[in-house]
Amino acid sequence: MASIKDTILQYVKNEYLDTDDDREITYDTPLISGGIVDSFSMVSLKVFLETKYNIQIPDAKASPEAFDSVNNIVNLLKEFDIKE
Amino acid sequence: MAYNTEVRKLYTDQLEDLKSQGIFKEERAICAPQDSEIEVEFPIGSEKKKVINMCANNYLGLSSHPEVVKAAHEGLDVRGYGMSSVRFICGTQDIHKELERKLTEFLGTEDTILFPSCMDANAGVFEAILTEQDVMIADRLVHASIIDGMRLCKAQNDSFKHSDMAHLEEKLQLHQNKRLRMIITDGAFSMDGDLAKLDKIVELAEKYNAMVFVDDSHATGYIGKTGRGTHEHFGVLGKIDIITTTLGKALGGASGGCVSGRKEIVEMCRQKARPYLFSNTVAPVIVEGALRVLDIISRSTERRDKLEENTKFWRKGLTDAGFIIKEGETAIVPVMLFNAKLSQDVAKDLYAEGIYAVGFFFPVVPKGQARIRTQLSAAHERHHLEKALAAFIKVGKKYDILGKTKQEIIDKYGM
Repeated sequence: MASIKDTILQYVKNEYLDTDDDREITYDTPLISGGIVDSFSMVSLKVFLETKYNIQIPDAKASPEAFDSVNNIVNLLKEFDIKE
Repeated sequence: MAYNTEVRKLYTDQLEDLKSQGIFKEERAICAPQDSEIEVEFPIGSEKKKVINMCANNYLGLSSHPEVVKAAHEGLDVRGYGMSSVRFICGTQDIHKELERKLTEFLGTEDTILFPSCMDANAGVFEAILTEQDVMIADRLVHASIIDGMRLCKAQNDSFKHSDMAHLEEKLQLHQNKRLRMIITDGAFSMDGDLAKLDKIVELAEKYNAMVFVDDSHATGYIGKTGRGTHEHFGVLGKIDIITTTLGKALGGASGGCVSGRKEIVEMCRQKARPYLFSNTVAPVIVEGALRVLDIISRSTERRDKLEENTKFWRKGLTDAGFIIKEGETAIVPVMLFNAKLSQDVAKDLYAEGIYAVGFFFPVVPKGQARIRTQLSAAHERHHLEKALAAFIKVGKKYDILGKTKQEIIDKYGM
């Protein structure tokens, strides 16, 4: 089974990169400040995490900083006891 | 708290920051009516320069058309300057109702409600008709005013990759448990100049029981055989549930916008849309001007036909010269330069050559996709476009970008 990290990375690639977009995304790539995910379409990432891991992320915690890289998101999930 | 030195510094620092990032916007003073040739002061206060205008939304060239100006004068004489009221108190004149009827007829919808602008229409419509039980699924390149409107609405929001129908279908499947689903898109995309695939979108909407919302501001008046818009182009007249559009572009270019579509939705806006309820009525002078515009474009397609010819000439000219442009059917033709500084340098050199066009870069467009956006008008004569093309070629040669691939331009100038 894919790790949490890889599940999120795969989701981000499928959800935000166009088929002809060859940008490399790693666990540390800045997603929002790097212009890959804008704050408007960040919502689908939040909905994905909530559905996948059966949690509710309060708006105050769903900040652009908390979502700015796959590693940041993994750290955020730890607060909800979602770990490898 | 007084507006003390500390507060002042807070703002001056932010403004300085914008300047250092090169994203501080400076206005240019146009010292003439809007047209294909204008006199511009840039920076304001400097010597006036005569330039060919390649950046107005004046698609049909009606902004300063003598018949429209005359109608506006008459409006001023017979219905006055202002109404000093919102619509539902004492701000609705007979001519406002007439314009709403004429727009309904032109757009092929059931009913129409005027707003002070299309920005206001988009800001108000979602909140008036959707609740937390519903979902809004928007194309990722929709106009900023739609994003603001979605933020003001309690319905859940989601998005799909630009014009990616498979991705939209996934999202529609994902949200089948919602009370209402609304697909939201621009008709013509303002930065890319392409059209939403409305035939496919309507098909998906029918399959997954969703409503369709289209902001057709950059298409109304000239897209489609008789200029009714993107829905006419794709043969889905009468199938779009909500169209928002503007009087501020092809339709005379003054101001004002509308929500047009299903009559119950329009009525909900009359009852609940806050920018409609709490903002002044559209001035009579603009209403009369817009009525004349609709009259002009309903009696002949001459102006949209000329615009179509101009657009073909311009797209072909740029492509033959070796520029990379975004493909599309609209009068918006983006010349891709990829690098932000290059887009600013090229725009500056074009201006020196007497061509007024603006360079756009992140965050207005995605990183690494800087461009010069050119816009055609029925007010352009062939000699304007020939001169503009010659200037583009001259500047393109200077920067050695003609005939180059995207990768070659990026290798030379960076992302």
